[in-house]
Amino acid sequence: MPYITQTALELGFLYALVAMALFLSYRILDIADLTTDGCFVLGSAVSVTMAASGHPVLAIPAAMLAGMAAGFVTAFLQTKLGVPSILAGIVTNMGLYTINLMVMGWSANVSLLKTETIFTMFENAGIGGSWHEALLAGLITILMGVLLLLFLGTRLGLSVRATGDNLDMVRASSINPAFTITVGLCLSNAMTALSGAMVGQYQNAADINGGTGIVVIGLACLIIGETVLGRRTLVKGAIAAVIGSVIYRLIYAIILYTKIMPVQGLRLITAIVVALAIAFPTIKNWLLFQKRKAAARKGGN
Amino acid sequence: MLDLKNISKTFNPGTVNAKTAISNLSLHLDPGDFVTIIGSNGAGKSTMFNAIAGAFYVDEGSVILDGKNITFLPEYKRSHFIGRLFQDPLKGTAPTMTIEENMALAYLRNTEGASPFTRISKKDKAFFREQLSLLNMGLEDRMKQPVGLLSGGQRQALTLLMSTMVPPKLLLLDEHTAALDPGTAEKVLNLTKDITTRHHITCLMITHNMKQALDLGNRTLLMSDGSIVLDIKGEERSTLSVEDLLTRFKAGTGKDLDNDRILLSD
Repeated sequence: MPYITQTALELGFLYALVAMALFLSYRILDIADLTTDGCFVLGSAVSVTMAASGHPVLAIPAAMLAGMAAGFVTAFLQTKLGVPSILAGIVTNMGLYTINLMVMGWSANVSLLKTETIFTMFENAGIGGSWHEALLAGLITILMGVLLLLFLGTRLGLSVRATGDNLDMVRASSINPAFTITVGLCLSNAMTALSGAMVGQYQNAADINGGTGIVVIGLACLIIGETVLGRRTLVKGAIAAVIGSVIYRLIYAIILYTKIMPVQGLRLITAIVVALAIAFPTIKNWLLFQKRKAAARKGGN
Repeated sequence: MLDLKNISKTFNPGTVNAKTAISNLSLHLDPGDFVTIIGSNGAGKSTMFNAIAGAFYVDEGSVILDGKNITFLPEYKRSHFIGRLFQDPLKGTAPTMTIEENMALAYLRNTEGASPFTRISKKDKAFFREQLSLLNMGLEDRMKQPVGLLSGGQRQALTLLMSTMVPPKLLLLDEHTAALDPGTAEKVLNLTKDITTRHHITCLMITHNMKQALDLGNRTLLMSDGSIVLDIKGEERSTLSVEDLLTRFKAGTGKDLDNDRILLSD
């Protein structure tokens, strides 16, 4: 059990930034950003490649910059060229596949062999003992969460939030929505890439398919967290991303460890959970309507 | 103040759905003018507002505000000096954000050049509070609540406050009281009068209430088929009755004023 908890905390914190990125793009900006999958791999590709050449620390900001660039492309497609937002993400994601291969020197995976990573550096500094990975990932995630919340309270942050809330109002408030959408998507993709960068150095490897489905998993984490915490405030939303991610990884670890079902089956369950959670209001209304109809029929006859 | 010079706009040009919404329209406003606008459905009232606010660019002609040519200025830049209220009270505020945050957004127009990373200051909050108390709706004690919890009338009053807190050069009111219940509508209208008088804001107001059109402001325009067909002001306006207005409309256009929501009296 301690082993399961430790793995869940490590992976939970490592992947939490994807859920937080979706909190920004999907919840706040109201954009389903499908750049996420490719962007995650981009982050790990940049991070692992740079760590391999001896720059594990520099690799982190570099990966975030790369993620920002990916977010910028998606934002540019939808704000300047009129590509529908979902399609813009898919198009960028597609292009990123080649970019990611390029970053990894045209191979489908890159491994780190006995190379220094941010985790080994942290361990060698004698902090955290066997929990050093969970600790470092947790610290980075919490730092990013705090920075995100601080940002959302600034004038620019308010403008970004209003863009997802009421576009008409934004235009009437002298804010350029093209700019705020770009800022939002650059930030969310920087967070996704940061998550990818940490995961890459944690696993000592980057894989071209490492990001497949990560956007749905991130959404599932966010939804799980919101179910536990409620989604009334921004602070709760950001915490929900982290808590949800840890819970998801806990479930994942338990299934992996107890083998109560094949771990590949989790993807299907994840997809169902996300679909149901998003469909929940519609299903609820439908049920209420059926109930009313039934009651009316009974009363009428 | 505002000069529209021969502006025209055709939607879907070159297709079977082509519709000329305004054609060759000119209008001059003096500073401090409060102009009411009435007209049939599809007369081009809202299109004229959209042309002024920059929701689209006009096909021909120019838009000049306070001596500055803004014909090709994008909408979000025009909103630095043009305030706008719509009929839908939900359009002007962000529902999940608090009253305070909404006001901070509106106040951005005044803090141009300030760092985008600064936060709402104590001084700003005190100012917002003072402004809100002018509405007499008790909103100053609910500044931390999301705007989505307010009623339509409260939201419209807040929108009015937000668009005039930094006094705009021009205020466009597109039937902004039409969706409110009569009591609230009157309150918002009185606020409109107070605020525009206090800040000497030049104002264009679309209304479907004929009496209101003649009572409010200093000038009335009647629009039909994308043009201004009657422009009444001064002595002539002060003695005009609603019946006179209808007669003159018919004389000017050869048809009855046809608007499904038109109110001939209160």
